[in-house]
Amino acid sequence: MTAYLKLDHIDKVFTRGTATTEVLKDINLTIEKGEYVSIIGHSGCGKSTLLNIIAGLTGATMGGVLLENREVNSPGPDRAVVFQNHSLLPWLTVYENVRLGVDKVFAKTKSRAERDAWVMHNLNLVQMAHARDKRPSEISGGMKQRVGIARALAMEPKVLLLDEPFGALDALTRAHLQDSVMALHQKLGNTILMITHDVDEAVLLSDRIVMMTNGPSARIGEVLEVPLARPRKRLDLATNATYLKCRQRVLEFLYERHRFVEAA
Amino acid sequence: MNMTATKIEVETATPAATIAPVVTLTPKRPPRTEAYARMARETAVRVIPPLVVIALLTLVWELVCRRAGSALPPPSKVFADTKELIFDPFFDRGGIDKGLFWHLSASLQRVAFGYSLSAIAGIALGVLVGQSVWAMRGLDPLFQVLRTIPPLAWLPLSLAAFRDGQPSAIFVIFITSIWPIIINTAVGIRNIPQDYRNVAAVVQLNPLEFFAKIMIPAAAPYIFTGLRIGIGLSWLAIVAAEMLIGGVGIGFFIWDAWNSSHISEIILALFYVGIIGFVLDRLIAGLGKVVTRGTAQN
Repeated sequence: MTAYLKLDHIDKVFTRGTATTEVLKDINLTIEKGEYVSIIGHSGCGKSTLLNIIAGLTGATMGGVLLENREVNSPGPDRAVVFQNHSLLPWLTVYENVRLGVDKVFAKTKSRAERDAWVMHNLNLVQMAHARDKRPSEISGGMKQRVGIARALAMEPKVLLLDEPFGALDALTRAHLQDSVMALHQKLGNTILMITHDVDEAVLLSDRIVMMTNGPSARIGEVLEVPLARPRKRLDLATNATYLKCRQRVLEFLYERHRFVEAA
Repeated sequence: MNMTATKIEVETATPAATIAPVVTLTPKRPPRTEAYARMARETAVRVIPPLVVIALLTLVWELVCRRAGSALPPPSKVFADTKELIFDPFFDRGGIDKGLFWHLSASLQRVAFGYSLSAIAGIALGVLVGQSVWAMRGLDPLFQVLRTIPPLAWLPLSLAAFRDGQPSAIFVIFITSIWPIIINTAVGIRNIPQDYRNVAAVVQLNPLEFFAKIMIPAAAPYIFTGLRIGIGLSWLAIVAAEMLIGGVGIGFFIWDAWNSSHISEIILALFYVGIIGFVLDRLIAGLGKVVTRGTAQN
């Protein structure tokens, strides 16, 4: 049991003028290689801030992030992010969006032809090879998010960070994409950290669910193991006792002990 | 009713073997003529109203200026006076006695030169001001003051500095058109969504790649707005500047015509200046449309 990704005593304080807001307080978490971990909490609890700190897009005020025992504090392709609103560059085609990252990460290790093949391989993984020459404005929301996933996967990240990746999608598309991500995790064995506010999604996809208390000064309230065998099937789980128990635990945490209080 | 009638007629007129192609062709034909008709209608809707307005204005102008003793010539006289200039724009009798083509192309060359310089410098400065908070704090107040100076006010100073008409005119174009380019580029750079910056950070683009692959395409719609305002201003400035510096150029042509009381020639020159200004504006707008194909839709 070695810590692959380690969050070590992370505090985050935002300072605006003289006012300071403590967003995160003493966050400790270790994630093993190949694990799928979800972070769940009410909106505004700082879970996106935490993901940004891990991605290196925001600095932690105290503490730090260790990836394979080395501190990481700037963004890089070893922690590729799938953004909530896909963030595809609208002036590039689907292929070029994925190629942008591939060209940077494999500039020295892969030839042009290999990079091309690798882009297509990743577009195939998310079933988007058919739309390679389309621009983001020409494809649906779910398809955009697939391309976003392909772009992140193509960088061969050590940890794949998903920032509410299905939040902007309709329920049917979301379920479809969740299945795709599960299949990819099964096939590639990536280490995945996902931010979500959807209880079912967290239980269905994760090995462990990290529940955060409400901000300000959000902490990790509880970590729940999800002892469900993989591959998991959405329909079978609907009546599975373990699934329901896990779901119940998360719901209790979110709606009884740490009910969302509307900030004034 | 009409369609079935023709179809039956065709079928009876042609041998049985060629019926199939005839049948596939008949339904195709009406939509095509319909498309042409629609295109013609759309063109007509756009072209006819301005033509009617122009015809009416010309008529009013003719009626007003026709009376004896009128200060300005009516359109019929303008045409009669300038026939030679209209139909032979390429004559060259040395000095400034040249056809309108040469005057216009001299002016356009100055604009092309000054405008290209201001596009390059304007985009560069705009990127600097948009990207760096300190550059903005330092330079923005300066820009806001300088941009209000009228183009012609720069001319004596640039004449003093360059001691020659040609570079002075180019400088006036440059200094007139650079401000909207700087300001719009800076706004465009400042408005690049944080998402795109995050993507660039995760992919680890270096500053040069970030500039070429993210910044320029993301800010392109703003940059082209600035470029379009800039080209309009430089065409405005060149006519005024040329009136003062003399030599070959449409501005001095107008001034020269005024000095020799050729009012008809002034009117003809104004007509050309307007048309060319319009074409320049369309040109930059069209270029912008092509370049920002992807971004504008988002």
